[in-house]
Amino acid sequence: MQIEVNPSALKKTRWYEYAVRFLFGGLITAATGLIAEAYGPSVGGLFLAFPAILPATVTLVEKHTRQTKERAGMSGKVRGTDAAALDSAGAARGSIGLIAFALLTWRLVPSHVSGLVLAISALAWLAVSIVIWRARWLRLRLAPEKRSP
Amino acid sequence: MLEQIALRFLIGGLTVSIFSVIGDMLKPKSFAGLFGAAPSVALATLGLTVAVQGKGYAAVEARSMVAGAVGFLVYAASASWLMMRYKLRALLATAVAIPVWFMVAFGFWMFVLR
Repeated sequence: MQIEVNPSALKKTRWYEYAVRFLFGGLITAATGLIAEAYGPSVGGLFLAFPAILPATVTLVEKHTRQTKERAGMSGKVRGTDAAALDSAGAARGSIGLIAFALLTWRLVPSHVSGLVLAISALAWLAVSIVIWRARWLRLRLAPEKRSP
Repeated sequence: MLEQIALRFLIGGLTVSIFSVIGDMLKPKSFAGLFGAAPSVALATLGLTVAVQGKGYAAVEARSMVAGAVGFLVYAASASWLMMRYKLRALLATAVAIPVWFMVAFGFWMFVLR
């Protein structure tokens, strides 16, 4: 399956939808600092992987898919929910990359330059996520051939 | 203190927005979804944490983040399942699955990492 970059998709998003995501992102980042201050870094660290933005993102995916189908004269309710479910399943795969990010940062940050560690960990997140996504896609692609005699 | 909170808010909002915009532009949706689990909050906050509280403090946070990320995995899979299986609306499915994140993240942290 080909990965496509479609900048025109951004036109579907309203200014307040960007604002909501900015607000949620800002709030959870500020809250993480406050939780770490109050309960220590061990508890605060949990919230570095809190799904603050996923509800807003999948809700937008559902809404935009529904609107596209409705403009074409079809009922988009089920397709919208299916698209949101796929997006959420993608996030589940991406979270394996998030585990790799956290593990690398934990092990490397005490003894290396922090900027470099964060850059390497972010690349590891991307690489692991893409490998997991590709593996899933290959498995789906090969599955019918396995079933055939 | 207030300045730090404001700075965290701005950097966090900006980082999360950048990853969201990248995700919005990508197809297919299953691939774009990967960006829903981007380490945006961690990237926004860990650099600042190292600068203010030191590397040891940041390492402890990153260690606990492993548990948070395991919680994220189960949470996102649960939300996806609720939408696929029961056709729950996205907002409802992602909201009712939030306790799953708390249970798995705190459970993993308590029984595996502590």
